[in-house]
Amino acid sequence: MNAVTEKTRGNSFSRRLFVKLSALTGALLLRKGKKSDDTASVLSGYLASGEEKIIRTGCPAHNCGGRCLLKVHVRDGIITRIETDDRPGDDVSDPRLRACIRGRSYRARQYHPDRLKYPLKRTGKRGEGKFERISWDEAYDIMHREISRVIRQYGNSALFIPYGTGSYTNLNGRWPAVRLLNLLGGSLGYYNSYSWACTNIATPYVYGTLNTGNQRQDWLNSRYIILWGWNPAEMIDGTNSAWFIKKAREKGAKTVCIDPRMSMSAVALADEWIPIRPGTDAAMMSAMAWVIISEKLTDDDFIRRCCSGYDSTQMPKGCENEESYKDYILGTRDGIPKTPQWAEKITAVPAATITRIAREYATLKPAVLYQGYGMQRRAYGEQVVRAGAALSAITGNIGIPGGWASGLASQAGGEPFWTTFPMGDNPVKARIPVFLWTEAIIRGKEMGAAEGVRGADRLDNNIKLIWSVASNILVNQHSNINRTIKIIGDEKLVEFIAVQDNFLTPSAKYADLVLPACTQFETWGVEDGWKYGEEVFLTPQIVDPPYETKSDYRICADLAKRFGVWDEFTAGGKDEKAWAEWIINEYYRKTRFPEMPKFKELLESNAGVYVRPVSEPVVALAAFRKDPGKHPLSTPTGKIELFSKPLFDMKQPGEIPAVPKYITEWESPFGSEAEKYPLQAIGHHYMPRVHSTHDNNEMTMNAFPQKVYINETDAGKRNIRNGDMVRVWNDRGALVAKCKVTSKILPGVIDIPQGAWYNPGEDGTDFGGNINILTTERWTPLAKGNPQHTIMVQVEKYRKG
Amino acid sequence: MPQYAFHIDTSACSGCKACQAACRDKNNVGFDVKWRRVYEIEGGNWEQKDGVFTSLPFSYFISLSCNNCGNPVCVKACPTTAMHIGRNGITVIDSKLCIGCKYCEWACPYSAPQYDPTRKSMTKCDLCEDYVITGKKPACVDACPVRALDFGTYSEMSEKYGTENELHPLPDPVSYDPGMIIKPHRDAARAKNENAVVADKKEI
Repeated sequence: MNAVTEKTRGNSFSRRLFVKLSALTGALLLRKGKKSDDTASVLSGYLASGEEKIIRTGCPAHNCGGRCLLKVHVRDGIITRIETDDRPGDDVSDPRLRACIRGRSYRARQYHPDRLKYPLKRTGKRGEGKFERISWDEAYDIMHREISRVIRQYGNSALFIPYGTGSYTNLNGRWPAVRLLNLLGGSLGYYNSYSWACTNIATPYVYGTLNTGNQRQDWLNSRYIILWGWNPAEMIDGTNSAWFIKKAREKGAKTVCIDPRMSMSAVALADEWIPIRPGTDAAMMSAMAWVIISEKLTDDDFIRRCCSGYDSTQMPKGCENEESYKDYILGTRDGIPKTPQWAEKITAVPAATITRIAREYATLKPAVLYQGYGMQRRAYGEQVVRAGAALSAITGNIGIPGGWASGLASQAGGEPFWTTFPMGDNPVKARIPVFLWTEAIIRGKEMGAAEGVRGADRLDNNIKLIWSVASNILVNQHSNINRTIKIIGDEKLVEFIAVQDNFLTPSAKYADLVLPACTQFETWGVEDGWKYGEEVFLTPQIVDPPYETKSDYRICADLAKRFGVWDEFTAGGKDEKAWAEWIINEYYRKTRFPEMPKFKELLESNAGVYVRPVSEPVVALAAFRKDPGKHPLSTPTGKIELFSKPLFDMKQPGEIPAVPKYITEWESPFGSEAEKYPLQAIGHHYMPRVHSTHDNNEMTMNAFPQKVYINETDAGKRNIRNGDMVRVWNDRGALVAKCKVTSKILPGVIDIPQGAWYNPGEDGTDFGGNINILTTERWTPLAKGNPQHTIMVQVEKYRKG
Repeated sequence: MPQYAFHIDTSACSGCKACQAACRDKNNVGFDVKWRRVYEIEGGNWEQKDGVFTSLPFSYFISLSCNNCGNPVCVKACPTTAMHIGRNGITVIDSKLCIGCKYCEWACPYSAPQYDPTRKSMTKCDLCEDYVITGKKPACVDACPVRALDFGTYSEMSEKYGTENELHPLPDPVSYDPGMIIKPHRDAARAKNENAVVADKKEI
């Protein structure tokens, strides 16, 4: 038996305390609009008796964009205060890893009265949200029975563990479940993500790699930084990214933020905000290229040595007469020069501004063009990624200190692993694009290469069983909720759904079986940086799992016993702590961080983190730039491919052109759909949440309530006033939420921060403010990715009934 | 006793409210009060010409707690001496003496003292006195992800950051002598000329 579990069971004290705390924090934090009890004084009075321990640990890892250090105060087995990194120094090479509002508000999530406490079995109709408490024994029986049945009846490829990042350490989250199913014959796999599907696929077509990012300290060597749709102040994108930009500005860099919203980053990190119409970034980029080419601001030597497909002199074999990048920009073939005047009508950015930004970017070198991910979660997200990379290439801002190659920009010189827990090999080789899981439910057997299936010609099953771990994809985070709930609500399609989480999320309401997982403060884990950074965090178990909650690993280990694979699953009896030790000693110390302290030393030091300072930041593609012959890229030509023959060979020039192009989106202000639905809606990553995690955290949501952000001119036309409830709708669905009338968003655009919990009324209208009631399940052409920001809607003042 | 002061870099503040969360967590304050407030200032208009926009709005954030004024009008307004300058030079409330009359709240131009209906007493930021006396900075300051807040004695802070303490739409500091040094946002002058307002005042 595992020490963690033993201790919990023997500890009724913890449970009693949790009841009390939940009641207290509930009163303090959760009753909107009511007078709160003075939890604080009660709480501190109650807790004052115990001895205080301070434990340094990684902030509970969701997919928040950062990885930060917490100093957690514990008394009597209760977390009483959460401070952050206070290591001495705090310089650029090794800055403090300071947590944001989400980490600092974690107590309200940890001691939330709605935490799942026991396993639950569905009693009503699927999706109705009616459950009864059952024992773990019964829960394991059901899991064992259903998984065995589906394997017997359909085969392992009918099992599916969806994408989810509600718990995202190296050990916790969906990984242990994947390991277990792999031991049982596997499950249907997926590739790609909801975060950056398009850039993940498109970047290697240009560079042959995803590692196009310098270590971030290098931004301090830049003279000009474009934050293109990039909002690190709110989305984080690596702890301290915003602070590094601030430091670069202090050193004299000029910064420009191009975004439909005056984001927090536009306010705090940029010298200038340039609002742009969503989905038209590739048009502005093309016009910038027109200026740079026309005014001879290109880095011709770099283009000649390092690029392919720029003009007719460097077209790949077999494509000599095709349209080059320069042809497209100058309009040689299509008769449309991509001038700033052309782009002005599309982007709503004045031609003079486009011209100026192009000149500044091409002359204030070295320069960074940093692409945010929101603009690639769109209909033709692949194009904007390649168009941005092309600007970096033609100006030669690649492979030099202070430059930036654009694209996905994973960190050069070694990047964080995200997960290291060994999941084993999946005997089922077929993998679907992550966004197409609902397709695999309704017509999996019809899916093949055209739907992006990899590892097999076709799927041999439809998905019949879903085991969702730390994921709210099933309902909340996937496109077109009204369609999704129809699919997963049909018991003939998916025959069994298990959801394992901390709360009864909108997805969990569609489960047949709910398994209560503990939080990351209640088990062991290891974390490393989010995309960037040179850190490894040890997250020890700080408090006991309350009630009957268990770690994701423990649940899977118990299940492994039922299946008779406990020895294999636990690798001879490892518990969570032993795996954390294995990850540090046997993984990190044998790969990225041979010099880091061993597990025992790190644990005993109570440092919480090991950091390798960065004094000489690695520059991506530097060796290639120096000698492209000796260090070729792994593209077909070995060079930066402005023209891609593999894309050309796909023969879909309208949607997958060989050179990056601006393509009018399938829903846009320029189509006939705009007559009925004249406003563009986007759903940015919101400060109080990590996707849908923390939506029920009153401490974060009190600071940033869910709202529909609408420009004052659009509001005025509709007689909408600040604070009104508004109804937003299109053909797919409708939502109602409070609005904020603001000047900080481009007219014609509304923002519905993504991640709010779906809360349907009787007619299906969502009162939670979830943007996915409006989004489409249609996928992007190349990456088969999620286009969740490409939406047209109408808005009106909400009137009840 | 030296006067303590905050440095507030409004050119770098993103309004992320990590400071406010750190304050809540450390001081266990409920939602009826906000010892640290983050004001969103918004102004400017959109001008459309030929489909493009030629004039733009602007915005910045001001994160404010108690400024520990050299001339604390809250202390003067208090009829019971509950609000007083404590032995560490920090203006604090003796809750035993406080009758919750709110005179201090009305007097303070920064909305620092706030009535907590649960404690049935005025409450306010005490600069994390327990931290400060041990040499630590207040919780909010050490929380800021972009290091836009700093704290120390007024002379330390003014040596490091100068003495600027005016920013639209904060009140004229002359009468209060606030322990507050400000680095103005790039749009501060515009905000003053165009009389920018605090957005969503009710929510602060």
